[in-house]
Amino acid sequence: MSQVTLTIDGKEVTVEAGTTVLEAARKAAIDIPVLCYHPELRPEGACRICVVEIEGARNLPASCVTPVAPGMVVRTNTPAVREARRTNLELLLANHPQDCFTCERNNNCELQALARDLGIKKVEVKGVRRDLPLDKSGFSLVRDPNKCVLCGRCVRVCSEVQGVSVLDYADRGFEAMVYPPLKRPLDQVACVNCGQCATVCPVGAITERSDVDRVWEALADDKNHVVIQVAPAVRVSIGEELGMPPGSITTGKLVAALRRLGFHKVFDTDFTADLTIMEEGHELLERLENGGVLPMFTSCSPGWIKFIEHYHPDMLAHLSSCKSPQQMFGALAKTYYASKAGYSARDIFVVSIMPCTAKKFEAARPEMNSSGVADVDVVLTTRELGKMIREAGINFAALPEEAFDEPLGISTGAGVIFGASGGVAEAALRTIYEVVTGEELKELDFTAVRGLKGIKEAAVTLKGRTIRIAVTHGLKNADNLLKKIKAGEADYDFVEIMCCPGGCIGGGGQPIPVDREIREKRMSAIYAVDRGMELRKSHLNPAVQELYKTFLEKPLGSKSHELLHTHYQERSRV
Amino acid sequence: MKAVEKTAVLTSGTVPKESLEILQKYKGGKGALIPALQELQANFGYLPEPVLEEVAKHLNLPLSKVYGVATFYAQFHLSPRGLYVIRLCTGTACHVRGSGAIMQKIRSELGLKPGETTADGRFTLEPVACLGACGQAPVMMVNDDTHGRLTPEMALSVLESYK
Repeated sequence: MSQVTLTIDGKEVTVEAGTTVLEAARKAAIDIPVLCYHPELRPEGACRICVVEIEGARNLPASCVTPVAPGMVVRTNTPAVREARRTNLELLLANHPQDCFTCERNNNCELQALARDLGIKKVEVKGVRRDLPLDKSGFSLVRDPNKCVLCGRCVRVCSEVQGVSVLDYADRGFEAMVYPPLKRPLDQVACVNCGQCATVCPVGAITERSDVDRVWEALADDKNHVVIQVAPAVRVSIGEELGMPPGSITTGKLVAALRRLGFHKVFDTDFTADLTIMEEGHELLERLENGGVLPMFTSCSPGWIKFIEHYHPDMLAHLSSCKSPQQMFGALAKTYYASKAGYSARDIFVVSIMPCTAKKFEAARPEMNSSGVADVDVVLTTRELGKMIREAGINFAALPEEAFDEPLGISTGAGVIFGASGGVAEAALRTIYEVVTGEELKELDFTAVRGLKGIKEAAVTLKGRTIRIAVTHGLKNADNLLKKIKAGEADYDFVEIMCCPGGCIGGGGQPIPVDREIREKRMSAIYAVDRGMELRKSHLNPAVQELYKTFLEKPLGSKSHELLHTHYQERSRV
Repeated sequence: MKAVEKTAVLTSGTVPKESLEILQKYKGGKGALIPALQELQANFGYLPEPVLEEVAKHLNLPLSKVYGVATFYAQFHLSPRGLYVIRLCTGTACHVRGSGAIMQKIRSELGLKPGETTADGRFTLEPVACLGACGQAPVMMVNDDTHGRLTPEMALSVLESYK
């Protein structure tokens, strides 16, 4: 690629042709303020906060959509530029409800930060404020159109990254707003509840539905035995939510914090991740041996499940019948654990901490009541747990390291890697290899399926049979892979699919902001936790072994089918 | 079939066969959305929701995109329109020559606010900024017919001729 040299604020900068002025400035350590720009999305040039002066240009171009040119002279910090940015921001603020202190995104809002950084002292313009109804129809997400700044990031992430496109602009001029199709409520459209829109929203226009109050109430009620499960990806992100650097591993502090919040038992979704490997691994072997439907798709990610139900219902038979680890946990907590601990299913209140907004919908699925009542009562995101910890006045960083409770808190490294894209496939391989060959697997790291590449492939030969594996994440990638499989252009035995970019570490319930670098840090933290575990293969988990011996009998047995497996339904595409 | 009768068909929520036939033509084509919406609207008088859903399916576009385009352009209508659309000019020339009084008269006679359609589905009242016929001010169009140099009374008798 050819190189272009230009001058930005008196400094010569050389970048690849096609680079935007904004990116070139960032390379020269000049941070031009942005609002609608997002590094992982196609630039739109909608907000005009990133304007700069370019010699010879008639006006102040938006740097995010202006490509560099040889000899270009750019000034990013002149009185005219500062004035224009302030005016553009003031106009946005004039239409924005100024109720920051009660907003979900208070102190983590890009609009608020811009107002501070650009030195807004007073909003002179009196703008029109509309009073549009909030969309609280769904279990996962809440839309507040009144706070929307029309940056279009949610529209772009929904179509470019997830390929779902349930958000777009409607109407025109002053009436223009982002809506689901036909302005229907979110629960009546083909939204998968992934929450990627919430993670890119610069303001509080799309947030998770908050269920924090329900958990406080459950904890305050003496009649409840409140148990909590924590998803793999949360231990490497809750620290970040509470001000620690991205990738901080805080498993022990997290357990300690949950005890201080008053949960009676602190358990680990990693335990049922190990159990998932036992069930799903055997399901794969069974399909391979008996000519079952292949490739088999993983079923842990509820955004992915809803996606295939809406968009590829003809492929539902490919899905593993295994419930997700969250739902396996709920079913076991209210049966196996309940009887062990002397409770009835109704006495136990199950809370999940998930990196995910779609898990809220999953827990509310009517079929998820194997125990006779809802198996999981409330799902909180990593962000909501952060709020509880702050509200309780817990000094997270200063907490001691504590261990999960037994028996549902015992897990292996194979369980924790469920939190990163490729983890389920790797964990399955570690177990399947030993089950099929009867030999010990020495090299545990299947690095081919790790990382942030969109589609990853691997093949393993077991007793003469080659098992071909694909791993993908982000629904646009998944959609492309499914189309290839349907067209006969790709052939696999086992496909791991995660809804969100990077897998659960990049989930819609994770700390904001997120970008590639942050995902990489969270991902390396997951593999560091795996390396540090005493046991790293699911079938060696002693608590899982005990569960089979005393309760489930064997993988895919009748008890497993009753509690740990599920079915799917076709849903409308529109 | 007249637009009024079609409106009755479409309120049942089912998709008329004609729309599917129209859409067959546009299937798979690039840049087909706006022409398809135009033809469907010409056929039904407006764009009912079930028809928009069919557009999304046939053109393999997200429904949000189809809806976005249909709500962006003033030429598209998502609710039933009258058999006769009254486009009354409210531009400068017509305004100074008394279009305000004509508007008042039509509003009170038909019981309509701008943008609304009479209960019998006959008339839709649509103020426009300019019809480009300022020499004839005040001017209004009823469907494709232009009527100029109107008084409020003349406007009513014009409408009478469409009843």
